[in-house]
Amino acid sequence: MAKHVLIIEDEPNIIEAISFILSRDGWQVDTHSNGHDAVAVVRARAPDLVILDVMLPGRSGYDILTDLRANPETQDLPILMLTARGQARDREMAEKAGASRFMTKPFSNADVIEALNALVAP
Amino acid sequence: MRERATPLFLERRSYRQRRLMDAARLLPLLGVLLWLIPLLWPQRDPAGEVAAVSTSSAILYIFGVWVLLALIALFVSLMLDSKAETADDGNV
Amino acid sequence: MATLNILIAVCLAYVALLFAVAFMAERAALKGRGNWLRSPWIYTLSLSIYCTAWTFYGAVGYAARSGLEFVTIYLGPTLVMVGWWWALRKMVRIGRTQRITSVADLISSRYGKSGLLAVCVTLLALVGITPYISLQLQSVTLSFSSFAVSDPVGASLIADQDTALWVAVGLALFTILFGTRNLDANERHHGVVMAIAVEAVVKLFALIAVGVFVVWGLAGGISPMLERIDASDIGQWQMDGGRWVGLTFLSAAAFLTLPRMFQVLVVENEDERHLRTAAWAFPTYLMLMSLFVVPIAVIGLELLPAGSNPDQFVLTVPLSQGQEGLAMLAFLGGFSSATSMVIVAAIALSTMVSNHIVMPIFLRLTQGGVNGPSDVRHVVILARRLSIGVVLALGYLYYKISGGGSALAAIGLVSFAGLAQLLPAMMGGIFWRGATRNGAFAGLVTGFAIWAWCLLLPGFGGGVLPASVMADGPWGIGWLRPHALFGIEGMDPLLHAGMWSLLLNAVVFVIVSLLSFPSPLERLQGAQFVNIFDHSDNPQSWSGGIAQSEDLMIMAQRILGPEMVQGFFQAEAARQGLAGYLPEPTPDFLARLERELSGAVGGATAHAMVAQIMGAATVSVEDLLAVADETAQMMEYSSQLEAKSNELTRTARQLRAANDKLTQLSVQKDAFLSQISHELRTPMTSIRAFSEILRDAEGLEPKDLTRYATIIHAEAIRLTRLLDDLLDLSVLENGQVNLNIRDGLLSDVISHAIAASGSDMHTMRVRRTGPAAEVMLTTDHDRLAQVFINLIANAQKYCDADRPELTIDVSRRGGRVIGTRRIALLPSKPRGIHPIPCGPTLMGLGCCEE
Repeated sequence: MAKHVLIIEDEPNIIEAISFILSRDGWQVDTHSNGHDAVAVVRARAPDLVILDVMLPGRSGYDILTDLRANPETQDLPILMLTARGQARDREMAEKAGASRFMTKPFSNADVIEALNALVAP
Repeated sequence: MRERATPLFLERRSYRQRRLMDAARLLPLLGVLLWLIPLLWPQRDPAGEVAAVSTSSAILYIFGVWVLLALIALFVSLMLDSKAETADDGNV
Repeated sequence: MATLNILIAVCLAYVALLFAVAFMAERAALKGRGNWLRSPWIYTLSLSIYCTAWTFYGAVGYAARSGLEFVTIYLGPTLVMVGWWWALRKMVRIGRTQRITSVADLISSRYGKSGLLAVCVTLLALVGITPYISLQLQSVTLSFSSFAVSDPVGASLIADQDTALWVAVGLALFTILFGTRNLDANERHHGVVMAIAVEAVVKLFALIAVGVFVVWGLAGGISPMLERIDASDIGQWQMDGGRWVGLTFLSAAAFLTLPRMFQVLVVENEDERHLRTAAWAFPTYLMLMSLFVVPIAVIGLELLPAGSNPDQFVLTVPLSQGQEGLAMLAFLGGFSSATSMVIVAAIALSTMVSNHIVMPIFLRLTQGGVNGPSDVRHVVILARRLSIGVVLALGYLYYKISGGGSALAAIGLVSFAGLAQLLPAMMGGIFWRGATRNGAFAGLVTGFAIWAWCLLLPGFGGGVLPASVMADGPWGIGWLRPHALFGIEGMDPLLHAGMWSLLLNAVVFVIVSLLSFPSPLERLQGAQFVNIFDHSDNPQSWSGGIAQSEDLMIMAQRILGPEMVQGFFQAEAARQGLAGYLPEPTPDFLARLERELSGAVGGATAHAMVAQIMGAATVSVEDLLAVADETAQMMEYSSQLEAKSNELTRTARQLRAANDKLTQLSVQKDAFLSQISHELRTPMTSIRAFSEILRDAEGLEPKDLTRYATIIHAEAIRLTRLLDDLLDLSVLENGQVNLNIRDGLLSDVISHAIAASGSDMHTMRVRRTGPAAEVMLTTDHDRLAQVFINLIANAQKYCDADRPELTIDVSRRGGRVIGTRRIALLPSKPRGIHPIPCGPTLMGLGCCEE
């Protein structure tokens, strides 16, 4: 059964790129481009995995992540964080907030697929 | 000044006060003069030609002047108004 | 015979009585029951410390040797007393109004509170008075031994004992007990004064008793007495005119300048009116003291074997007649004379030593690190007690070293001549406003040096000055011979020294005073002293008179500074119910002003300044301004220090601000870099992702291929634009860009930006408010338009409202049009969107900050 991934990202071109490569890898891809209702969307759609951008309109990706980790339902949900800021501090903040994996933009497509597969592997 | 604005009686009184101050000023000069006089007396002469003034007369004179000065000082201090001291002693 | 034992017993009983009297007087004064202590009679009797043991015993010896010359010692003080209106009245008034504590204090205060002069006078007094104290110790010892002659058992007893030491210790004890009991501001000692008044009565009574016994008991009445006098060796008038005048003058001078006389005349004076009583009562006392001197001398010469010490006739005449009771009374009289002199002299000297030598040194050593006034009080009292001990120890040592005898007996007049050196500085100070500190100092040193060279050192006898110096002068310089200065030989040594020292002292004093220039403080003090009666009627209050508040204000400002004075005057005016800055010069106001001023310039000066302006002209306006300027300079100096510390504070504040700004800049830089990173990485992410898709994915449809290539292309263009902007920004930051500056309307710029951003009413509605049309800008319009384009584009991108709306509100703030922060906030204006998470975007913020 295809795994369900939710991409929360505001840049349309990036959404399109990720959607394309994941679809081809056999994922069921779902997208959302807004920060402030992202937590509700995650709970509603119950994906197997979330790709979360940090700089989102409406709400910071860190805040969303913290909320998700505070909720028992989404406590153990694998989450891959993407950020365009490559500083060490951002990585720390992501780990603190509870990211399962952290990747810096721009990324290699192969790396993303590999990371996602590793996250959902039993 | 205050004295000029006061009645005749006080005017005379303050005049009297100022003359008493004059007396107080002159008193030591009087003493000096009187006590200098013994220097004019004939002295004891070893040759014995001049009869010197006897010591008893000298004592009487010197102590007489002494008593006189004390009496005048007593008189002045009794007559001087106690307020006179605070007045300007440059007034005449 | 138990005479000596009885004598010692009586003596101790007498001392105990004196302690009791002093103690009771102190108690009475403490409880305020001491009105009788303040009688003019007590004052007059206290003056009798002038008659020391030297005069009590010595006058008779003097008369036995030189006839009536002894009387000059009393004539001088008599003339001074009956002439009280001249000098004493003034000294007492000055002493009371200026709170003078000693003769050194008087002279130093007069000459601008000069510490140097005070030390100088104190040393002179110490040198002059110490031998005199030894003389008193000697006289007590001698009188003991006079008794001992008739008591062989006692003689051996006395020989083993050091009478002088016991007397010195006892006197030190008494003086410390009653002389330093409290530290009264007025330096008055009721107990001591009462005790010496009792002693004055005892010594007068003793001398008169001996005299009466001699005249009526031995000579058989007045006439036989006078006959006997005329028949004696001193029966004919014989007088050296120089000595007659000179000694009278010296004693008069010493009466004014001796520290102990100053103590009882001025410092212990309770009421100026007492002087009037003393003016005739004290001459009478002196007259009675000398009345029986010649009879006792004559009878002594007749009755006692040749070679007897005439200085002891007062004792030995009654003793030779078996009148032991009378002799004992005479002994007590002499004892009283000695002790009262030593006590008061020790108090006066210790006051001077502690106030002018010990305390200044102490304060300098501790650098003002004194814990409050009580500390100082203790130190002062301790200094007094130690000084008393030291003074008496010095007296005793001098007695031991000099070995007593006739060398010491001559010291009385030597001491007088020494202290008389203070006369020019003192009298010049209270009668002549032109006298200056330099003059006083030069005169004092000159007089002191001549006195020491011509009188004090030769007086020590062989050893101190070699015979060759006495005969030929130092280094063979003949005109410096101690007894023949300037080659004038054959004069009586005392007269010679007294004349030269006082003459040159006065001449140097006057000449230096004329040539030197007094400090303003000296001038003010001089005016205070010389014109003491003009402004001491009622020392604490001013009568109204011609109001010159404005002048007062101008003067006060020079001293206290404008703000403080204006505030003070305004408050005073308000207190009187007046508007403005100028109150009526009521006594209250003047007293308060004086108090304010005295904090800066001292009480005496403040008073004189106010006096000057209130019309009681004692000093010239120039003097006052000079003082004011001097004070202002001091104030300026201290305010400069204050300014420096203010500057430091300001610098520190500036540094802190700079640091804050740097920190802020650093935060901004981080934010900026982070922002750039985001702005650049976002297009690069798309480009990389799609280029990898194009490379890796097979079997893409042509439609997708085109689409992905187009995306890559668009993102590459976006990236280029970002880099261009970034370059522009860095050029701007370096200030190397040529801005195309011209005038134009803000509304035009905004219109251009809306058009260029491709926004239309369908995607987002742009509302414009505020007076943009009226705002004329002088700037680079293209770059400003770019700012708006970026803002609008960001707004479009981040606004997810159903009906997006952007409001551009133009407002004026201050002189500048549209604060930069204001523009930066514009993107948050649109309704329906949340604040942009990371603040304004790169271009919006960066360009606007520029």
